[in-house]
Amino acid sequence: MKRLFSFLVAVVVALSVMASGAMAKEVKVGVVWPMTGLVAAFGQSAWRGAKLAQSMEPTAKDGAKIHLILLDNKGMKVETANAVSKLITEDHVKAIIGAITSSNTLAGAPIAERYKIPMLTSSATNPLVTKGKKYVSRVCFIDPFQGSVAAKYVWNNLHAKTAAVMIEKDQDYSVGLAHAFMKAFKKLGGKIVSVSFFQSTDQDYSAQISTIKSKNPDIIYMPSYYQEIALFCRQARQYGLKQTIMAGDGAEADALIKIGGKAVNGVTFTTHYDPHAAATPLSKKFLKLFKAKYHEDPDAMAALAADAYFVLVNAINKAGGAKATPKKINYYIRHTKNFKGVTGVITIDPKTGNAIKSAVIRKVENGKFVYVTTVNP
Amino acid sequence: MNRNTILTVLSIVLLFLFVWYGEHHFTAYTIRIWENTAIFLMLAASYNLINGVTGQFSLEPNGFVAIGAYVAAILTLTPAQKEAMFIIEPMVPWLAHLHMSFLPALLVGGLVTAFVGFLLGFPVFRVRGDYLAIVTLGFGLTIRVISNNTITITNGALGLKGIASYTNIWWCFGWAVLSMIIIMRIVNSAFGRAMKAIRDDEDAAIAMGINTFWIKMAAFVIAAFFEGVGGGLLAHLITTISPTMFTFFLTFELLIIIVVGGLGSMTGTVIATVLVIWGSELLRVVEQPMNIFGLHIPGIPGMRMVIFSVLLIVIMIFAREGIMGQREFSWDAFFNFLKKVRARR
Amino acid sequence: MNLTIVLQQLVNGISLGSLYGLVAIGYTMVYGVIRLINFAHGDVMMVGMYFAFVGVAMLFLPWWAAFLLSMIATAFVGVIIDRVAYKPLRNASRISALITAIGVSFFLENLFLVVFGGVPKAFPVPSVFGGAINIHGVIFPNIAIITPIVAMVFLAMLLFILHKTKYGMAMRALSLDMETVRIMGVNVDMVISIVFAIGSFLAALGGIFWAMRYPAINPLIGIMPGLKAFAAAVLGGIGSVAGAAIGGFIIGVSEILVVALFPALAGYKDAFAFLFLIFVLLFKPTGIMGEDLERGRF
Repeated sequence: MKRLFSFLVAVVVALSVMASGAMAKEVKVGVVWPMTGLVAAFGQSAWRGAKLAQSMEPTAKDGAKIHLILLDNKGMKVETANAVSKLITEDHVKAIIGAITSSNTLAGAPIAERYKIPMLTSSATNPLVTKGKKYVSRVCFIDPFQGSVAAKYVWNNLHAKTAAVMIEKDQDYSVGLAHAFMKAFKKLGGKIVSVSFFQSTDQDYSAQISTIKSKNPDIIYMPSYYQEIALFCRQARQYGLKQTIMAGDGAEADALIKIGGKAVNGVTFTTHYDPHAAATPLSKKFLKLFKAKYHEDPDAMAALAADAYFVLVNAINKAGGAKATPKKINYYIRHTKNFKGVTGVITIDPKTGNAIKSAVIRKVENGKFVYVTTVNP
Repeated sequence: MNRNTILTVLSIVLLFLFVWYGEHHFTAYTIRIWENTAIFLMLAASYNLINGVTGQFSLEPNGFVAIGAYVAAILTLTPAQKEAMFIIEPMVPWLAHLHMSFLPALLVGGLVTAFVGFLLGFPVFRVRGDYLAIVTLGFGLTIRVISNNTITITNGALGLKGIASYTNIWWCFGWAVLSMIIIMRIVNSAFGRAMKAIRDDEDAAIAMGINTFWIKMAAFVIAAFFEGVGGGLLAHLITTISPTMFTFFLTFELLIIIVVGGLGSMTGTVIATVLVIWGSELLRVVEQPMNIFGLHIPGIPGMRMVIFSVLLIVIMIFAREGIMGQREFSWDAFFNFLKKVRARR
Repeated sequence: MNLTIVLQQLVNGISLGSLYGLVAIGYTMVYGVIRLINFAHGDVMMVGMYFAFVGVAMLFLPWWAAFLLSMIATAFVGVIIDRVAYKPLRNASRISALITAIGVSFFLENLFLVVFGGVPKAFPVPSVFGGAINIHGVIFPNIAIITPIVAMVFLAMLLFILHKTKYGMAMRALSLDMETVRIMGVNVDMVISIVFAIGSFLAALGGIFWAMRYPAINPLIGIMPGLKAFAAAVLGGIGSVAGAAIGGFIIGVSEILVVALFPALAGYKDAFAFLFLIFVLLFKPTGIMGEDLERGRF
């Protein structure tokens, strides 16, 4: 009975997959992102970027259509593993883009490794994601790098000797990046005068603000996401906290300014690109099209997602288009060199799979993101 | 050995033949979904024991599964791995050097969870009905909060990564069958009758002299044990765990399963687990763009969950007994049914 | 810990507490009449926020119109939820109704995720609510002072309705003995709908003020406040409106103060409400206002 059922189920699944696939020459690419669940915002943003990138370069050089199959992982590890498994063994994708968060990417990575399917993540910054793996790569820099960039910047450019750190305790991005910053800052000679915690669902930071105020640091480092930073800034400015707030790439989104208003002026953060920085032709084109379609600037998630797409297609082209094998595609992903992507010039280290990229420092000034400087690796 | 026992043994053998066939012929994806199904079956069956059979509306699974997962994972990770992973704060020494193999780790995970269930039972069973639900919900939340904050034990938000993927389809189905056998025997014993009595009318049960507190506690602890083992299996299937994995949504999924199957019916739980797990994957269809008769319907990500919640509401309004109600499959009933069919011809 | 900070946090806590209280009232009233923990109530608060957002940011209504309309619309939503999902289960077991409530909660969350997306939206705060006043160097955000006052006003109105009007009497009677009330010829379904309407109206009010204090809204924003508001309702004595308000204050103030006094415990903040809850249930299950559940009265 169960066998019959399972067979029927398999038939229906196969039919449904066929119903959604195109029949012509194509390269199937799986995309695993959170479209629902707690981190749906990131997945939805990334999908916008990826879709736009696809419309800009819908086929490989030999005309093969790049067919993106998007599976929602609901922001959960179990779903990520299932989705990656499905894409590889049922949909026979040649590559996978995903996931957004490091922990979810780690749930899918072993499966990609086992089947030797290249997995490219646009935004997972935890070093463990690519460590010891041959088939997992990323187009973004990793947290230790980002943290030390921030530390160097506040030490050298902002002349900060003391710092207060705000850590979002239930987000591994925040915990990891804060840790990297504190390590680097202490190494330079700086002193961490207070470490405060909060959770993603918290919206009231008045307690942490009073603690920080009493310690009077030179700067505040808050490696969190734009919503939390915006809310924090509003309350901090209301209570008279005047220090500069330094953040990571999670800060970069239009919503930061929309939610934060005047309070976020002065927020400085490390990120992946700036339209005014060494902009590539691709970056300018993407920016223009994105603004025309969505009436706002792309955030880091969207831009990185687009880069994951472009880097992948670049590798597919080099590997032979529709004839490319996953192994070859992986080779060319890992050997991406000086690729002029949306977020800048990307080179991937063949040994680690991490992207060697400059970090850009941006700042909010008068309600707009402005470019400050570039920090090279 | 009577006819029924022989038939049951035969069915189990057939099941394992199916598993063996599947291992060699199904795609890895299909195998994975079956592994998920088996683990969820164990979780749902034990959840049904406390919820459907004993009638205590508890929302505890996500908490217990988390405990089992963390304990088992901490035990199977090598000291070297732990040292590499705990980058924020080093792990407490008495845990950092602990290391054991898969089965003992699973068992310890289950036992620790059962022990926590035992401790929790004291405050929990002082209340009834809706309050019990809220207290157990709070427990699940508290476990998540604790795992986020006790960095020296759980590594906080960073979680545990690189867990060895010991879980395979044999472990999953093995444990599923074992737990079903044990739970079914309990349900069909005097123990089980006492549980059902509590469900049907707790005050009457007390009047009959049943020690309701200890029966409830027993159901709770047994449920905790299997939920803990299930957590351990999950941890070694996904190979990475963190507090975000054990949210109320997990409890919600199990709740859907036992409601759809019929609160109190283990047979129903089996059917419902297969339906819900596979159905959830099949429903991915609505999130993909579809070409039906030339009409291009764009995929709407997120529709799956909307459909699921609507389904639950509809089932509760129109078919709240679920598929099996409180009935169980039994060979006798099956043969009676066949006789009737034959007689009708 | 100087006086300034304690004062500021106290005001903050009272403000947060009144928000919890407003939402808690909806829980407690619904529980009082139909003995249902309306899991979806926190999400009703979210619905109110989004309606207000649509009113101001997309329909460009003046803020007072948008707010009022959204509260009324949310009241309707509450009534619809009751009619569609809870009424058919009026005579079913409590577990069934609870499970349905969980289903409605998930439905609302995911529906709004599909419609509005998961990206947080900036809630437009009218200038009269923004800003802060400075008293002797102690800074108080306007909204932190306005919120408790508004909450008090509405609470007073509600208590008036409950104790001085016919419908109020019907509601209170219903919580005591539904069958008898029905026999007496009262349109029970209508009264229950009114209870849902009032509860949802107040939840929307709470939601709007919440969104003005913390102006980033997303479809999942109602979950935690909903749970905490429920804890507040139980703490205050489930079934008692005044109790819900008191419970809300206690939880709001303690949440803020504990984090202010013991910053290291900030990560455990969410668990506080539940710890309170468990304590209460263990030692005084009838809560602060102490009415026995079976003899529930507002």
